[in-house]
Amino acid sequence: MRYLPLTENDRLEMLSAIGVGSVDDLFVDVPGDARFDGTFELSDHMAEYEVEAKIGAMAARNVTTADGPSFLGAGAYRHHVPAAVDHLVQRGEFLTSYTPYQPEISQGTLQALFEFQTMVALITGMEVANASMYDGATSCAEAVLMAQRVTRRSKAILSGGLHPHYREATETQSRYLDIAIDAHAPDLDGTEELSGAIDEDTACVVVQNPDVFGHVRDLAPLAEACHAAGALLVVAVTEAVSLGAIRPPGEMGADIVVAEGQSLGNAQGFGGPYVGLFAAREKYVRHMPGRLAGETVDEDGRRGWVLTLSTREQHIRREKATSNICTNSGLCALAFTIHLALLGEGGFRDLALLNHARAVELATRLEAVAGVEVLPQAFFNEFAVRLDGAAQDAVDALAARGILAGVPAARLFGRDAGLDDILLVAVSELTGASDMDALCDGLSEVLA
Amino acid sequence: MADRKYTEDHEWVEVDGETGMIGISDYAQEQLGDVVFVELPDVGKMLDRGDEAAVVESVKAAAEVYAPVGGEVIEVNDALNGDPSLVNTDAFGDGWFAKLRLTDPSELDELMDEAAYKTFCEGLG
Amino acid sequence: MSGHSKDLSRPAPGPTPAGGVETVLGHQGLRLEEPLLFEIDNPGAAGVDLPAPPAGANRLGGLERTAAIGLPSASEPEIVRHFTRLSQKNYAIDMGTYPLGSCTMKHNPRLNEKMVRLPGFANLHPLQPESTVQGALELIDTLAHWLKELTGMPAVAMSPAAGAHGELCGVMAIRAALDDREGGPTTRRRILVPDSAHGTNPATAAVCGFAVDAIPSDARGRVDVKAFADKLDEDVAGIMITNPNTCGLFENDMIEIARLIHDVGGYFYCDGANFNAIVGRVRPGDLGIDCMHINLHKTFSTPHGGGGPGAGPVVLSDALAPFAPTPWVVHGPDGYGLVEHAADAGDARPFGRLKGFHGQMGMFIRAYAYMLSHGRDGLRQVASDAVLNANYVMSELSDVMTAAFDGPCMHECLFDDRFLKDSGVTTLDFAKAMIDEGYHPMTMYFPLVVHGAMLIEPTETESKRELDNFITVVRALVARVQAGESNAFASAPRLTPRRRLDETAAARRPVLRWTPDIPTAEAAE
Repeated sequence: MRYLPLTENDRLEMLSAIGVGSVDDLFVDVPGDARFDGTFELSDHMAEYEVEAKIGAMAARNVTTADGPSFLGAGAYRHHVPAAVDHLVQRGEFLTSYTPYQPEISQGTLQALFEFQTMVALITGMEVANASMYDGATSCAEAVLMAQRVTRRSKAILSGGLHPHYREATETQSRYLDIAIDAHAPDLDGTEELSGAIDEDTACVVVQNPDVFGHVRDLAPLAEACHAAGALLVVAVTEAVSLGAIRPPGEMGADIVVAEGQSLGNAQGFGGPYVGLFAAREKYVRHMPGRLAGETVDEDGRRGWVLTLSTREQHIRREKATSNICTNSGLCALAFTIHLALLGEGGFRDLALLNHARAVELATRLEAVAGVEVLPQAFFNEFAVRLDGAAQDAVDALAARGILAGVPAARLFGRDAGLDDILLVAVSELTGASDMDALCDGLSEVLA
Repeated sequence: MADRKYTEDHEWVEVDGETGMIGISDYAQEQLGDVVFVELPDVGKMLDRGDEAAVVESVKAAAEVYAPVGGEVIEVNDALNGDPSLVNTDAFGDGWFAKLRLTDPSELDELMDEAAYKTFCEGLG
Repeated sequence: MSGHSKDLSRPAPGPTPAGGVETVLGHQGLRLEEPLLFEIDNPGAAGVDLPAPPAGANRLGGLERTAAIGLPSASEPEIVRHFTRLSQKNYAIDMGTYPLGSCTMKHNPRLNEKMVRLPGFANLHPLQPESTVQGALELIDTLAHWLKELTGMPAVAMSPAAGAHGELCGVMAIRAALDDREGGPTTRRRILVPDSAHGTNPATAAVCGFAVDAIPSDARGRVDVKAFADKLDEDVAGIMITNPNTCGLFENDMIEIARLIHDVGGYFYCDGANFNAIVGRVRPGDLGIDCMHINLHKTFSTPHGGGGPGAGPVVLSDALAPFAPTPWVVHGPDGYGLVEHAADAGDARPFGRLKGFHGQMGMFIRAYAYMLSHGRDGLRQVASDAVLNANYVMSELSDVMTAAFDGPCMHECLFDDRFLKDSGVTTLDFAKAMIDEGYHPMTMYFPLVVHGAMLIEPTETESKRELDNFITVVRALVARVQAGESNAFASAPRLTPRRRLDETAAARRPVLRWTPDIPTAEAAE
């Protein structure tokens, strides 16, 4: 078998060296009633080409966002990833290395993480960032726990514009802890006013910008209201590219920023693995979850990097840890870093502005389609539209024509949320004029 | 050498009138290694004997520091925020953690004196 | 030496490394020094070509980002060179043996990488209509079937993003089941955890509202069943056991432990980190467990990627299955679908959602490709070879090192530091010396129940030649210890891109990002 180097000869020699007759003798500690001698209902080993055929057939049964016009967003986005990214992350030294616990032989990983942390801090407008988390939704959950530690208060207010997955992950993570979640109703019109809900029990207010319906807002007044009450402002960003065009949360007064980094360097991949970004004010750094790469010097006085502030983490603090998280999303964070390095200052801005320009174009065209109402005034690259009919029906009808028209809000919020006529539509730099034609014409016909 | 009393968890308390200064012993700092951070209690906090008073972090470990006697925290050693290495270099002096207004001085009788603590540490090997 | 020199016409390479040669830029042959991206900033260069954004009114609500962000710029050749140089400073499985106990650093097959990049998977958005992603849902469902078959368990939660996340899932399911049974927040407060457990276990218990109660290990390195039984009462919510345990030993009394915990109405969580020792040979479900997380990045070969991503699906018993988190895949007469909301969950009572979307699909594809490649026969051989390799290493080192426990081990062997006694060489020094010899050190100082622990897990993908080389090197190092060469150990490593780094300074004065015009770590003062 191609992944097993031991030959039968090797096994015999080794058993002889150990002084046992068979491998079964080495399993002597497994009690008889624990041994499985039956037959699994599974296939036997396969050659590479057989595996390729089987998995290839599954892949072929899918329709992808590259096969036709696609307008799906809502937390995962279709962007172009430069070819160099995928080649670099597949270098064995990156792909097959472990967590950098031995820094002398992990400087590649550690330097890249330090660069990642810096980039995340820069794009979010914050002072410090960690080496990534599982995804945006779990980062959001962790931010609420961190706010609880910092303020020693137990209430979290969640905006009605927050992506439902972020809200649900936060509710789940907090469920058995002394945290009360005050989740507001879906803020379809972008008019919610959260300041009035903040009191002396509030640890944090969590908002998303642009929010799940696409609204872009100035969060400075809300930040002031939070700070006046001694609470923290947590801002979630689901589309990292938006940070190239919109005033970042750090400039608007955020205390913690959480984001999904998938847009840069990482394919949509049916939902994972993704990469959670987590940034905060420096004064809170000892309360931050996740790994941190820090700069130092070695015995020769040369600059290098190590994992640091590890005593926050589970393997040392055990039940007092800042979270139970072991892992960061290392390879995805590396891909993010490489993509953003290729874009650079100008490229990141241009990419963001291109995305926005496409969205403005599409919004303008959709506003002219009967039965379609674009809801946000200000948006980045996605927006909610109200349809004259059920959004799911429109999506299904257009899917039958090879058009992936967007995400029905009811898919995220549930059928009881009263959002059945709302469709979330996203574009990117890859959206072309003919794609927009197809969507506008398609909706026109379906809604007629 | 002032009258210092010790606990089996390597905390010490040095009494001056109604006030007790607390810290960790030289043995403890050596076990921990280079101290990188000390989480001090809030001034005004009421501690019972055995309550968690502080947390000491080194690179590889974090250890709770328990109040050797009960009292109200009246002062903390802010110098440790800027220079936690004081715990390593001067555990019994500049590396002190906090001062307490003792609630029950008789609790001191249950602690080890200098000689007893020395014997205790030798027994730890 | 500040790290912020933008004037590369006069680079400052710093001191010549120990064992190195003085060179103009500090490069040492094939090993090249490389500054930070921000220090090679090439304003005006770009690594992508994008059409100019059209001029015209925007609809950003007056919230345009105007100030400079501060990102570095460079062309593609510069970026490729930067990251290639960085990669060369890493040790990796592709390069050599990585004997980290409990990490299962096995070969990462490249077929896995090819499969995950098939456009039919890579270009799928998670929220596409279900009718358009039947192949993807089929793969998740099929992988779930493999996991259930191999573990002998009836259900599996696929969404946890990593091992620790899977552990959270398992303990949350236990909490949810108890709350459900008691019709309100459970009165049970304690989770029993062996003192040899990994630190995630107590952290996870705390997140679920439980306190941890430690069970001692016996002289044979296993859970002391009598001590465990003595702690059992109606206040115990469950037990978390790693099997094989963190000492590399099979917990012989699993079935008895399961009976005892169930008798008091608690649940049995099994940490599946060490599944590589028993896959295909033991079904954890036969041992009476209620849930077990599986690290796809350990047993099932998905790459470690410098720290992640992983995946930690959790197999569940009938008792816990109703509480599995959303979403999950269902398979009906009309094909495959997803249950994403509690309202659509039928009789199930999910405890919530753990993360965005459906789970680590990229790791599912990789693990499935690996399972198909090995098949049921190959996976059983994996466990056999893993255990054989570990025992071979143990038997070839036991005369010069001190094994912590008698008898055969499973897939990893554990030594303590008795063989270093009075030598002046610590476990840490010994490990650092291995680095100069071309090896990543074994796991050190874990589990905590053994003094100066050294835990070695070769995995089944090491050839006999590699094992013999490893054994030769370790034996030679022990001989040097005995010859009194403690100084050489204390100064190791000497041949690596960087020598021992000052972790104290990094923690006392954290520098967690590059900042313009502020000097970073200075050279030794």
